[in-house]
Amino acid sequence: MLKYISRRLLYTVILLLLVSLSIFYIFDLIPVDPARLICSKQCTTALVEANRHRLGLDVSVFEQWWRFIQGLFHGRNYGEGGIKDIYCGAPSFGYSFNRHACVSTVMAAAFPITLSLTIGAFVLWLSVGISLGILAARKKGKFADRASTAFVLIGTSLPTFITGIMVVLFIVLKFHLVNPLELGNWQNPFTNPLGWLRTFFFPCATLAIAYAATYTRFTRSNILEISSEDYIRTARAKGLSEKVILRKHTLRAALAPIVTIAGLDFAGLLGGAIITEGIFSLSGLGRLSIKAVTQTYDLPIIVATTLVGSTFVVVMNLIVDVAYAYIDPRVRTA
Amino acid sequence: MSKFLEVKNLSVSFPTEDGLVKASNDVSYSVDRGETLAIVGESGSGKSVSNLAIMGLHNAAIAQISGSAWLNLPDGPVDVISAPAEQVRRLRGKVMSMIFQDPMSSLHPYYSVGNQIAEAWSLYNDGSKRDGMARAAEMLDLVGIPSAKDRVKDFPHQFSGGMRQRVMIAMALVNNPSLLIADEPTTALDVTVQSQILKLIQEIQKEFNMAVILITHDLGVVAEVADRVCVMYGGKIVENAGIDEIFYKSQHPYTIGLLDSIPRVDKLGSHRLKAIPGQPPSLIGLPTGCAFAPRCEFVSEVAGSQCTTQDPELAEKTSDHFARCFLQPEQISTLTGRKASAK
Repeated sequence: MLKYISRRLLYTVILLLLVSLSIFYIFDLIPVDPARLICSKQCTTALVEANRHRLGLDVSVFEQWWRFIQGLFHGRNYGEGGIKDIYCGAPSFGYSFNRHACVSTVMAAAFPITLSLTIGAFVLWLSVGISLGILAARKKGKFADRASTAFVLIGTSLPTFITGIMVVLFIVLKFHLVNPLELGNWQNPFTNPLGWLRTFFFPCATLAIAYAATYTRFTRSNILEISSEDYIRTARAKGLSEKVILRKHTLRAALAPIVTIAGLDFAGLLGGAIITEGIFSLSGLGRLSIKAVTQTYDLPIIVATTLVGSTFVVVMNLIVDVAYAYIDPRVRTA
Repeated sequence: MSKFLEVKNLSVSFPTEDGLVKASNDVSYSVDRGETLAIVGESGSGKSVSNLAIMGLHNAAIAQISGSAWLNLPDGPVDVISAPAEQVRRLRGKVMSMIFQDPMSSLHPYYSVGNQIAEAWSLYNDGSKRDGMARAAEMLDLVGIPSAKDRVKDFPHQFSGGMRQRVMIAMALVNNPSLLIADEPTTALDVTVQSQILKLIQEIQKEFNMAVILITHDLGVVAEVADRVCVMYGGKIVENAGIDEIFYKSQHPYTIGLLDSIPRVDKLGSHRLKAIPGQPPSLIGLPTGCAFAPRCEFVSEVAGSQCTTQDPELAEKTSDHFARCFLQPEQISTLTGRKASAK
């Protein structure tokens, strides 16, 4: 197992290096010149070239990437030849000239917002989705099952930007459950749990609805499928009660695949929930990266958010695989 | 003196969109401890259905069950068909156990075999988890799994098909039941493994003085282990007799056809295997008359068109030999004799 994990870790590192390299090359293809963009009105070729040097864009793409990798480990000086040198300590993800801040500082401010939003939504959708799925499977064809089917249909077909706007409209503007001025304020959930709940509950719920619907359907169909397996009949033939059969035999097998998709969904959201963060004006990774891509062409930010997002996905994949080996003995020996 | 299990007029049907499927129709049989009853028939003849009903394993919301199945327990007889579900559940695994056709899919893939056996044991015994695992190892040893102590923590996928069926048998027998229902226990296994498993069931039956119901479509298996045979066709029992009677004095054309379709090593020559022409009947809206009539080669021997208008009763033809046919034993023996000489 240890050998397997270390081999997977090696692959992970190689993969992340390749991902970061491709981000640099892709950015090079974009027909926008950041050096010209930050140039003032009295722009001259010489000024543009000076800017380019300051931004570190006057060397080959590969060289740019290599400096970035070195910066990750040693920290780095930015803005050579400018008014003053700027130093960002390791791990340095670059310097955003647009925001006049080290990218690591910008990320450190945005990440807790995205993380707490994701964890809150994750807990909500798992608990709602799985319990509704179990209920629907047990009451197959009855009212509870039909009601959950309706929820699934609505949840999966409503886009987040609709549910989000509805939530803002009703909860904030109509019923004043949340002070609109408080919306989007970062509250530390450890020091101020109630404040966090006030600002984050509705964004989390908005984000969770679609996922909860998918998980309800998934849980329901998995349970029904496993229920007709021969080994469930065996469990019944042993004389086990229906309760024990469901808890110990059916759920164990039915929920195993949910670990996989839950892990990947969680990791995917850690890269930033762009729409939800936008609607509730939460300054998380999603808003940070969408702004960097569409408005400011802030390469260092784009590289950092993309890399962080893909790291989560790759690492979570590894965790899911290892976890799966503990859940399913057939994987363990393979 | 009543036998350990007495099944009387047991019918199981399933309503479907196309109509009522009468999977098992007015079935009666009995089996005593130490005795093996074989139930033989083609797929869909209703072999498993009546036994699943005895075990209470049909979905109560779907299956319509009538009739009775009495277990003569030491503290009084119980009809498992009309008894409350909870009472029947407490008999499962303790008084009556069942093993199934496909050992590959009958064991839970996520739990070790020892764990699964111990779970069955701890349902009816007080004891720690360790006691359960020790008991599981004992059972695995009993069913002939080599180095059982080391293998008790292994998972089902680490066993071969034959070994898994042994695990199933160990699990079924862990609480020393009085009745074992084996639903085609050897169908999914290699021929050599088949006879090992059958031998194992026989040995254990002797040791524990169990009643065994063996559901199979393999007459070779029947000849090897059964004391008594019920032949089923179209959801009904068409013949019910002792093993020698069935093989040497069959009283029903269907049984005769089945026996003719077995390859025989003792019959030299290059005659082709005889098949029964036609298909087994659909269990939805069975035609009036004998269900086997459309495929029966002796239909013309019965006066009038009785076979197609009237369903024969399951009648005692000779002592303790029941068959559902209008033909009398003398007629059958003349007909089979004529057939044999025609070859």
